[in-house]
Amino acid sequence: MADYQNIFTQVQVRSPAYPGVPHDAGQRDRLGKPFLSYWAGKIGDAQIGPIYLGATGVASLICGFVAIEIIGLNMWASVNWDPVQFVRQLFWLALEPPPPKYGLSIPPLAEGGWWLLAGFFLTASILLWWVRTYRRALALGMGTHLAWAFAAAIWLYLVLGFIRPLLMGSWSEAVPFGIFPHLDWTAAFSIRYGNLFYNPFHMLSIAFLYGSTLLFAMHGATILAVSRYGGDREIDQIVDRGTSAERAALFWRWTMGFNATMESIHRWALWFAVLTVITGGIGILLTGTVVDNWFLWGVKHGLAPAYPVPELAAPNPATLPGGM
Amino acid sequence: MSTRVFRREMALPLGACVFAALVTAGCERPPVEAVQIGYRGVGQEYLVNPRTLADKVADTVIPAPQPPAVPVPIKASASYPELQVLGDLSLTEFNRQMAAITEWVAPKEQGCAYCHNTENFASYEKYTKSVALSMLRMTQHTNSAWKDHVGATGVTCYTCHRGNGVPKYVWTSDPGPDQPAMFVSARQNIASPTVAYASLPFDPLTAFLDRADTPISVVSSQALPSDNDKGTKHAEWTYGLMMHMTESLGVNCTYCHNSRAFYSWEKPTRVKAWYAIRHVRSMNRDYIWPLNDLLPASRKGPQGDPQRVSCETCHQGAYKPLYGAQMLKDYPALAAPIPAAVGASGSPPVPAAAETALPPARGEPKLTGKEEGEPSLM
Repeated sequence: MADYQNIFTQVQVRSPAYPGVPHDAGQRDRLGKPFLSYWAGKIGDAQIGPIYLGATGVASLICGFVAIEIIGLNMWASVNWDPVQFVRQLFWLALEPPPPKYGLSIPPLAEGGWWLLAGFFLTASILLWWVRTYRRALALGMGTHLAWAFAAAIWLYLVLGFIRPLLMGSWSEAVPFGIFPHLDWTAAFSIRYGNLFYNPFHMLSIAFLYGSTLLFAMHGATILAVSRYGGDREIDQIVDRGTSAERAALFWRWTMGFNATMESIHRWALWFAVLTVITGGIGILLTGTVVDNWFLWGVKHGLAPAYPVPELAAPNPATLPGGM
Repeated sequence: MSTRVFRREMALPLGACVFAALVTAGCERPPVEAVQIGYRGVGQEYLVNPRTLADKVADTVIPAPQPPAVPVPIKASASYPELQVLGDLSLTEFNRQMAAITEWVAPKEQGCAYCHNTENFASYEKYTKSVALSMLRMTQHTNSAWKDHVGATGVTCYTCHRGNGVPKYVWTSDPGPDQPAMFVSARQNIASPTVAYASLPFDPLTAFLDRADTPISVVSSQALPSDNDKGTKHAEWTYGLMMHMTESLGVNCTYCHNSRAFYSWEKPTRVKAWYAIRHVRSMNRDYIWPLNDLLPASRKGPQGDPQRVSCETCHQGAYKPLYGAQMLKDYPALAAPIPAAVGASGSPPVPAAAETALPPARGEPKLTGKEEGEPSLM
């Protein structure tokens, strides 16, 4: 029983490492001799390699390296090249976008030019990586579902750092590169635009995000629970339902009256995940451009109640607990 | 045969205990009480731990009032014709007031000599006497013209000084760490106690509590875009100031704000805080900056600016300084309405009208009344 509760993979297939299926473009694009790793096998497939980078992969890595380098060096410079402070304050440090006075013009490097450069290279890196996911899927004769799911995430990224700042007419509306700084930016952004929680697309995004985690847990748990009956052969069982699929289905009909199928659960999961970022991106795009105060927008459209303003005198701190 | 103290199967529970201790090390022991200070059911609460609050109240020392002065028909100005303030007091009340100020402000070992040449009390040779004169005028102006902030409780020298020559919590402009010229210096994203270790702009005090009337409110009071030119960056600066205020007063956001709708003025505490910010600016602009040339370097910041007043200078972690102790009533001279000091602003403006009237053009945020040499906000 405890086997099924384990967080690590319980079965490792040990066979000669396999270079993978052939495809139309031949085998020459596979680099490295594959080998087996016991520890990789704990969380995934034990086989490491072969890999393939190609032109877009190499270009993507170079652009990504340049972006990280610009961000990291600016962070390090902000503590005057002090290595100890760089480590201690790493979560506080950031590369900020240009101040509002520059609008959409190109500022000097020290006033946000570095941010534009880093953003350019990071975006180039991400888009090149997207091309790679698309082309690798085609090379393997797969559908391009993964590339489009990745594109959904890129949509949110571009809205935050590029499209919305363009519409607002200022790079300063974009997100800084940094751990705490981007969180503080998020809080300031929500407050400035009148509370993002009243943005219906933000609501949808949260519903899809939490829904994704719920579906993920339900599906993972269901398949592990019926894998003793061969339930891990999910894709076979889309059309050839065995006893495990029947048991899993009956379990959910018993507990909630309805069940997904071996196929539909994967469509649920994919769409919940991609809709998280698609709706989130729409919500960000509308903020400041179309709606300036989401709470008041919510009141105007019957989404939020307008609470009565109480005619209270200022609370007397002397009446508060421990007051004198 | 040996007995092993540590067995392998103990490792996991032991590790879990250590981990739990690490995770909760910064936590506060309950209870936390929520005091309702707004419309029911919408989280408009002041959160307070009665145990820690009781400790803080107990640690707040309130000096006993000086014994009453014996009434005499002689005015202080008759004996000390050079007096610029308090001359209308009776001689004995004047001496009583001086004794109180000595107790509140002067370091023990110096006493009167902290401000006075004890050979010639009328002399202004010590800069501290000139400062004290300006501070007396500031106190009187505070108690007479800024009742919207200090109420009837008012302030005395002790509210800020607490027995120190210079109040414990003063500030000067923060130049930030040295940074190489060609890299981005955003005046934020450093672990700074001024903003309670957020990564927010680390010197909101110079931006908002100094001489300039820099706009603070950022949220629109209309649903759709109109003429609000404050962007997210401006909101970060405002947020930095709010972190300073919440730390200084020992309160959470909802003490003053309806956090559902930060733009709303429904909380009387927010209105009071609005006056408080203008009051602090007035003190810094009209009473402290004019003294700057007199001050020695030890009373100035690295940029040569004077040590100034912030929320923390008086509040020192309490929602009401000294938890509302009534000290002013024993020293009516400090409450005396007097002609406004040179350069002092008159009646404070009204918040709703002034603060929600936003400048027209949408564009880059501007600092109004920006003084030369001040660090740039944007």
